[in-house]
Amino acid sequence: MTPLTPVPAISLRGATKRFATRSGAPFTAITDVTLDVAPGEFVTIVGPTGCGKSTTLSLVSGLEPASAGTVEVHGRPVTAIPDGIGYMFQTDAVLPWKSVLDNVALGLRYHKVAKQEAHARARDWIQRVGLAGFEDRYPHQLSGGMRKRVAMAQSLIGEPSILLLDEPFGALDVQTREHMQDELLDLWSGTGAAVVFITHDLTEAISLADRVVVMTAGPGTVKETVPIDLPRPRKVEEIRLTPEFTEIYRNVWNSLREEVEITRARGASRVA
Amino acid sequence: MSLDVANVASTQVDATSENVTARRSAYRFLRGRSGSSAWLVNAVRLVLVVVWLGSWELSARTVIDPFYYSMPSRIWERLVDWFTNGTSQGSIWANIEVTLEEAVLGFAIGTLAGVVLGVVLGRSRFLAEVLAPFIKGTNAIPRIVLASLFVIWFGLGMTSKVATAFVLVFFAVFFNAFQGAREVDRVLVDNARILGASRWDLMRTIILPSATSWILASMHVAFGFALIGAVVGEVVGADRGMGLLISRSQGNFDAAGIYAGMLIITAVALVAEWLITKLETRLTRWRPQQSSSAAAGI
Repeated sequence: MTPLTPVPAISLRGATKRFATRSGAPFTAITDVTLDVAPGEFVTIVGPTGCGKSTTLSLVSGLEPASAGTVEVHGRPVTAIPDGIGYMFQTDAVLPWKSVLDNVALGLRYHKVAKQEAHARARDWIQRVGLAGFEDRYPHQLSGGMRKRVAMAQSLIGEPSILLLDEPFGALDVQTREHMQDELLDLWSGTGAAVVFITHDLTEAISLADRVVVMTAGPGTVKETVPIDLPRPRKVEEIRLTPEFTEIYRNVWNSLREEVEITRARGASRVA
Repeated sequence: MSLDVANVASTQVDATSENVTARRSAYRFLRGRSGSSAWLVNAVRLVLVVVWLGSWELSARTVIDPFYYSMPSRIWERLVDWFTNGTSQGSIWANIEVTLEEAVLGFAIGTLAGVVLGVVLGRSRFLAEVLAPFIKGTNAIPRIVLASLFVIWFGLGMTSKVATAFVLVFFAVFFNAFQGAREVDRVLVDNARILGASRWDLMRTIILPSATSWILASMHVAFGFALIGAVVGEVVGADRGMGLLISRSQGNFDAAGIYAGMLIITAVALVAEWLITKLETRLTRWRPQQSSSAAAGI
């Protein structure tokens, strides 16, 4: 790496992950993934079902070690969970037995921030995600969209320099999802955090990203990286009506379609 | 037993906000209905009790031999006698107290040990694999027989009964705590790790609260076991307690005395059950309210 290029926030070099299966034969989830994400860059990853998108995130977050290749965060190899990582999971990860306030303050409490200060900062974040007045509710008393806001505040309160999102809005209805996408962009803009966002939804991928990474059918690897030169700040409902957007959509979809068809054909042969 | 527990726990955890509101209104509806006809339910219950006791009394006075089967009026007389004049083993309250103390001690120690070991093994694959055959083996022992051994080891005093109650309680709680610690949602653990939780933080804020539904469910059964342990221990050999009273009644061919002792222990168990339910409601305030609490009452 030459000194002129800044150290990427995330750097994957030939990252491969194999899991042991019950039969004993190793299952390769991703193979030879090479990808750099610069600080402040928003990257979305799309790919057919089962291509190892989530596995890629778990390598970056240090939840799983890579089987081969290197994974670096801020230039340091990932051996444990690196500092400054935020992660929003696909399924609900808020604690059902803690109130909204305690859920949002959780990360600060783990970092030994005094209770009073943690609660004050949590209240601030609860307001920023639009949940003021719901501090004392338990998660089961909230709607799916509100629980996502709690999860978002929980991840962002630590002011992560790297934010990993694994289909965070997949389970939401379309209107709520678009609203959450806008809020995510608002909260992210100006933070300088590097974002890796996984999704099945191509519209979502393009309207949020600086770059869209297309992965191949499993075992996944990077097939193509498409830069998205749409101006920011963006409004996701509006941007997807522009002709530029449609053009990009067609390109990315052509690339993705082949992989989806491969995956489908495999599924069909397995059924047959 | 563990299957029932699984059902209760999973329905309570899976409840999403949408069907919670639906369930709540259904619950209110049910409650409202049973509320308006509560007197009918109670009246029918009363009729059942009267018919049952009446037919027992009547047949004991005509067909069956009350020397073997006793009858409600004699049991009542024996209870009144015990509470007013005391028993052959001293005041009835002192005997209840001894048995209760043994049961509570065995319950407390057994629950604590069961939760600690269950949660530790539930989170450590290696330890669980090493110890699994020993635990299964110990669980297969007819543990009630150990009461005899404990009397030899610890004598006729309280210790041997506490030990018997302990071995019964421990396994009931252990298996549930173990399962509860195993079934913790992986995403919750991963999320906490990302947020910076230490091992102890994980235990305290994720694993123990997750396993609480399981542990509390087992505590209902476990207190019953603790009482059984204490009473059986006393029947095997003791100088005080309800079990001794029952075994003395047996020695005297006094069926009414056995029934009376049984009734007192039952009353104690019901009070304890009520207290545990209170504790459960307190510890699980975060859960959506639902009709399972009505089912749990059975």
